[in-house]
Amino acid sequence: MRTPVFLLIWLGISALVFAISIEINNDYIFFAGYVVLQYVALGTAWNILGGYCGYVNFGSAAFFALGAYSTVAIYKLITEYDFYRMPIPMLMLIGGIVSGIVGFGMGYLTLRLRGAFFAIATLALAVVLQTLVVNWDYVGGSRGAYIIRPEQIEPIGNYIRYLFLIMMLLAVAAIAIARMIEHSRLGYGFASIRDDELAAEASGVPTLRLKLIATTISGALMGMAGAPFPYYIGYLQPSSTFGLDYAVNSIAMPLIGGTTSWVGPLIGALLLGSLQQIATVTISSAVNLLIVGFLLVIFVIIAPNGIVGLIHTYFQRKPENFVGRRRIEAEMPGRVP
Amino acid sequence: MIFSFDLLINAVVSGILIGGFYAAVTSGVSLSFGILDIVNIAHPAFIILGSYLAYVANATLGVDPILASIVMMPLFFVLGSGIYQVYYVSFEKRGQESLRGLAFFFGLLFITEVTLVLYFGVDYRYVEARYIGPSWHFAMLDIPLRILVPCLVSLVMTAGLQIFLTRSFLGRAIMAVAQDQLALRLMAVDPIKIKRIAFGISIATASLAGAFLIIIQPVEPSVGREYIGRIFAICVLGGMGSLPGTVIAAMLLGIVESLTSTFYGPSWAPAVSFGFLLLTLAVRPAGLLGR
Repeated sequence: MRTPVFLLIWLGISALVFAISIEINNDYIFFAGYVVLQYVALGTAWNILGGYCGYVNFGSAAFFALGAYSTVAIYKLITEYDFYRMPIPMLMLIGGIVSGIVGFGMGYLTLRLRGAFFAIATLALAVVLQTLVVNWDYVGGSRGAYIIRPEQIEPIGNYIRYLFLIMMLLAVAAIAIARMIEHSRLGYGFASIRDDELAAEASGVPTLRLKLIATTISGALMGMAGAPFPYYIGYLQPSSTFGLDYAVNSIAMPLIGGTTSWVGPLIGALLLGSLQQIATVTISSAVNLLIVGFLLVIFVIIAPNGIVGLIHTYFQRKPENFVGRRRIEAEMPGRVP
Repeated sequence: MIFSFDLLINAVVSGILIGGFYAAVTSGVSLSFGILDIVNIAHPAFIILGSYLAYVANATLGVDPILASIVMMPLFFVLGSGIYQVYYVSFEKRGQESLRGLAFFFGLLFITEVTLVLYFGVDYRYVEARYIGPSWHFAMLDIPLRILVPCLVSLVMTAGLQIFLTRSFLGRAIMAVAQDQLALRLMAVDPIKIKRIAFGISIATASLAGAFLIIIQPVEPSVGREYIGRIFAICVLGGMGSLPGTVIAAMLLGIVESLTSTFYGPSWAPAVSFGFLLLTLAVRPAGLLGR
């Protein structure tokens, strides 16, 4: 399937979902749906680096928060100088650029070494960015920052519906980008890094450049997912924005769904995201995080290829991993970008 | 007055003392990450677990926290061996340690933290002991015993670990497993067994480090996260698996952190370790005493 067709189908599905949600006419659907869609975007973004290249990013929360805090900084600037009121898509673009640059810088410093260093550095990045934000009074410091959300927006009505729509478009865009990468020379290059980086390097794959592309795209998407968040939550606070739950969720969702294709993070996020929304309402928010932790550990031990892998084995097919590897060998021996 | 000599000397001394404590916190990771090549990012969670066990022993039985943690060490050893066994069977054997192994430890970190939150809540906990409170005064120096005692015990532990690794048969086998597993197997030693023991020891140090932590500062479940950056910064700066390097790096970081919090305010201290880590990775990835 070509990408435009794929995109059209998903836009159709999104329109349908949006229409149904409006028909139900309960704003809780939009509030809960926004979080699930946000996780679809975060999980897919994580998977571009983690699943395709095999490099673990523990700092999803940091990239997410970077997006959110660039929105806060711009919001403060605007209210202070009564400047041009930027629409949310523009804020998302800025958040994406900021996070993308940070992702690139992190990757440049750590990806030349063994993979574990990148993982550790991302973990530390979250702590340091939190320190910076806590000490930066302009965006609220440790007290947090308030963002006043407009009540209504013209053609759509309630503002939360607008946010929901935007997040849905971002999720669709993320999925389309992930799928496009998967079927491109870039994706084959990523897969070769994941399977055997030394062999890839030896056969002429520019591994460092590819890894930097992956960290930049992945970071930028996470930043974009974070940018509308202040408008959603209304009150942004460092300790919750940098919270471990974003990091653990954006890792758990792709790993539970399956990391080798775009379907995995989508399934994982929809499943786990909805489960969490239900558990938060019925049990408690701490218990639902415990559930995610246990599911993550159980899945990485028992089902290494996630739900997608389970389905594949059920239908007696080889896991995607091997298909991908053979495809590279057959189609482009030594010609991957 | 922003700069004073007194303040400087006191900051340096307390940095060295805190550094001694950091050495205990890091020696476990030097063993697992530096020597065994297992990226155990859940180590800080085990340290916090150690803190809480020391707290429970101290609050219910009135036992000295350091004594309690030494008694608890075999328990941590067994826990560590068990975790390594699971890790080996599910990841190392299948060659998937890089992605899924990391996620596994991250999951452990998360589970431990949330369980502690559910059980103890997010209140700060602290212990009682004779050496908490008083401090020694020399001329212009001011040495609180609550930091001096953990520092000394920690240095003894690190020295003991170093002697064990370089002098005993088992210790040498652990160093050997890092270099060549096959050669070890040819000497009729099971490398998996050696690694299991080594990882058990690495987790056992977390018990003691946890007791030190709760003596030095009040503890709540998410405190461990601040230590992740520190631990790995020290481990990398010290040269991955070199215990003398770890002690030097720990004291260096302790001094810089202490100077930062004295002259710029404590809220900036967490950023120091990250700066250290990035600087080391960019300038000298092999660390100070790297092989």
